[in-house]
This record gives sequence, structure tokens and C-alpha cells, in this order.
Amino acid sequence: MKSDLLHLRAHVIKSIRDFFWERGFLEVETPLLIPANAPEEYIDPIFAFPGLQLQTSPEICMKRLLARGHSKIFQISHCWRSEERGLRHLSEFTMLEWYRSESDYTALMNDCRELLQRVAQLSCPHANFFTRNSVKISPTHPWQHISVQEAFLRFGQVDVLDCLENGLYEEILTSVIEPALTDCNAPVILMDYPTELAALARTKPGSPQLAERFELYVGGLELANGFSELNDPVEQRRRFEAANRMRRHIGKESLPLPEPFLEELSGMPPSAGIALGVDRLVMLTADVESIDEVVAFTPEEL
Amino acid sequence: MYSVADLKKGLKITLDGDPYLVVAFDFVKPGKGQALYRTKMRNMINGTLLDRTYRSGETFEPANLEDRSMEFLYKEGSHYTFMDQQTYEQVIMEEDAMGDAKNFLLENLKVDVMLFGEKAIGVSLPNFVNLRVIATEQWAKGDTSGNDSKPATVETGYVLRVPPFIEEGELIVIDTRNGEYSTRVKG
Repeated sequence: MKSDLLHLRAHVIKSIRDFFWERGFLEVETPLLIPANAPEEYIDPIFAFPGLQLQTSPEICMKRLLARGHSKIFQISHCWRSEERGLRHLSEFTMLEWYRSESDYTALMNDCRELLQRVAQLSCPHANFFTRNSVKISPTHPWQHISVQEAFLRFGQVDVLDCLENGLYEEILTSVIEPALTDCNAPVILMDYPTELAALARTKPGSPQLAERFELYVGGLELANGFSELNDPVEQRRRFEAANRMRRHIGKESLPLPEPFLEELSGMPPSAGIALGVDRLVMLTADVESIDEVVAFTPEEL
Repeated sequence: MYSVADLKKGLKITLDGDPYLVVAFDFVKPGKGQALYRTKMRNMINGTLLDRTYRSGETFEPANLEDRSMEFLYKEGSHYTFMDQQTYEQVIMEEDAMGDAKNFLLENLKVDVMLFGEKAIGVSLPNFVNLRVIATEQWAKGDTSGNDSKPATVETGYVLRVPPFIEEGELIVIDTRNGEYSTRVKG
């Protein structure tokens, strides 16, 4: 990693921290070694010891803090996901998560806007924009909000539910839609995902097949995933069990359920939470293509 | 057996019966979605490029490749015959698979032959080979044309540029990596 990028990374993390402290968020630390993550079909935890996994996200513990009455919390922590390694992925990476109680996902979109405006000043001190693939992306321009259904129709001329059924969802998303988003000169919010793609999100009032979930894209780079949190323990358990059934169906092991989380979930007020990849935010700020360039060491260098 | 987690640039696998070299690789995984393993691969026999996308759970046969030290025996038509000096086993390689190597092959030259199973699919030469010039123009003393090289044909039929002072019958050293004249063999 280049020395100037190590400095830039430190500044990005400091900006994030200052941003949330200034807005009255409590910075929290939760255990990285936990007995159970939220089981998901396509996220594989790393087992560190028998009965203990490295966190794939701090969500489980952070939502328990919401249930205990903390209303605005954030955390910058390392997360681990087995066998994820590519231009934009590291098995061990740095995640920013923040949560607001008595809020829904629209409040998080506002937070994203203000946070990106703050961080963009590090990318270009006076003009306040990011550059990616030679496109200038300004977080002060009006953001585009597109529903997932609309995005699949507009850019791929296909129905997202058909794609999910035929196993083409990921292919269309990554080879048609994400490239189409690279030309936008403002960040894009892709929102309202089919419920099967939102294991912990609340469904949209009046549209039970859609979840209040969004993804933030800047220059085609997927930066953050946020949603209005599901706080119905019965429905949450049903979705965890469904995820485990899907895992077994594709030949993976079932994962233990986070029982204390399920017990406390009924005490969680209506809330919204979001996870943002810090390494990717540094990539964006530095205008580099590979995640390798923004970490002190890659796994291969150890 | 390889899994998708083993995919990376430089991996050699068997696909549809042919050996392939992974020349580009990326892992993509949209939020909450399934991972895709995007590869670009080159067929190690005919050089064609192939784009393939894989998903978790898919497996690959490694390409059963072996580099074996062999001696070039002779050429007959478009067939080149090599022999393993230890086992006396002979393999035949088609001219198409030889690439530029055929320009530098003299009988009894020791080379590394790449075998895919029983089939010879490539040959690696020493970095430098000595070949005799069989035809080149005489260098006219006092030539003021300013040319600092001239064409020469060596005993394999290969034509390259050599310095003006090289004469017919001389032994020269050729760099097989770029096919260029390196120096002349003194003596």
C-alpha cells in the first residue's frame, strides 16, 4: 500500500468518526467472536473455535443495543466472510454500521448523502466530488432513486422476479445494471428489493413482496446496504430457518441461530440500520480500482 | 480437483478435454447475492480465448501437465519428433503447436516439452541457441549506406537481421525469447 493511501485511509476513518460523533451517535464496540451470525444463504462465516464464529457483520449485537434503549449508534469494525476475494472483496474487511431507532430507511439515505459530502472533500478538497473511471461524481448533485424492479426493466429489459427464479439475478445486476450506473454524475440509490433478497428487512407497507432495503452505488461501485429493520421475532426466526433450508438445499451446512437476539428483538423499536464498506469508500476517495491498494496488507502478503 | 476458491490467474485446468490457462480472474458478489467467479481462459493447445463465469460449488479437473526434458530428433513433414533421453520414449508434435520454437530447433537440441497427458502441446527452448548462417550478403568494405544490419538466413531457414560483419558459415547466438541476434560465437 502506498504511503499516501495509508494517510488517506486514516483521514477517511477520522472523517467518519467525527461525522457520527458530531451528530450525537454513540460509538460502540461489540464482540467480534460470536456464537451465531444471522444465517444467510450466500454468506459463509469463518469458524474460529468450536462454537465461535468471527462476525460477518456487527448487526446482531448492535440491534440488541437498540433493544436496550440506545437510539443512535455506530461502529467501525472488522468483519470476515469466508472465501470472498476479488478486486472489491477481502475475506477480512472493515465495515461501518450505524443504526437509528424510530427511523426508517429514508433517514439512512439522508445520512449517506451528508456522509459522502463530508468524505468527498478528502477526495478533492475544494470541489467536493469523487472521480471514478474518469467520471466526476458529486454527492451534492440530486441523487437518483431507482427501484430494483425499475432498474432491471430500464437497463436490462427484464423482470427482476424472473431473473431471481432463473438464477440470472447476479449476472444481470453485475454485468448490466452496475455498469449502467457508472456514468451517473451523482450517487444512485437502488431500492425496494424483493423480500427474498432482504433477510432482515421490514417489508414495504402495502407491498408485502418488497422490502424496505436499499443499496448505495457511487460510480457503479456498491458501497452500502441499508434497510428498515424487521423487528418481528416470529417472522425473523422464520426467515433464518428459510435461509438455513436454502443453505442445505445447495449443499452447505446449517448455521446456528442467534437465540438471544431473537429473544430481545421484540423489544427493539422500529429502527433502520446500514452497513458501509470502509475499504470501498477509501477506494472511491482515492480513485483506485483494487481493494488491495487501500489496505496495509493483503492476505497474500502475510 | 479444484474448487472455485482455487481460481486465480495462472491456474491450469482441463475443460472439455483441453488444457486451459486462467489469464484473468475476478470475484464479484452483489449484496445478499450469490458469488460469481468470472474467468478469461486461454486454450493451451490452440490459443483461443474463452470467457466463463462459475458459481460456488463448481469444481474443475486440474490440467495434467508435465514439463519433460527431451531431445529434438528430427522433423518429417509437419511432425516434429522428440525423445526422452532417460526412457527413450518418443513424442510427436504438430508444427501448429510449435509456435516460434520451430525457428530455432536443430537436431539434438535439449528442450523442455510440455505434455498434456500423452500429448505434446508446447516446447520451451534454452534462452540462447547457436545456429550457423547459411546465406547472407557480403559486407562491402567502405559501404557508406549507413546500414548497421543486414538479413541473414540460418540453417533452420529462419531469417533475422545481423550486423554487417557476419559472414556465411559463421556460428551466431540467437536469443530465442525475441528471435534476435545476440552475438557471434568466437573460435
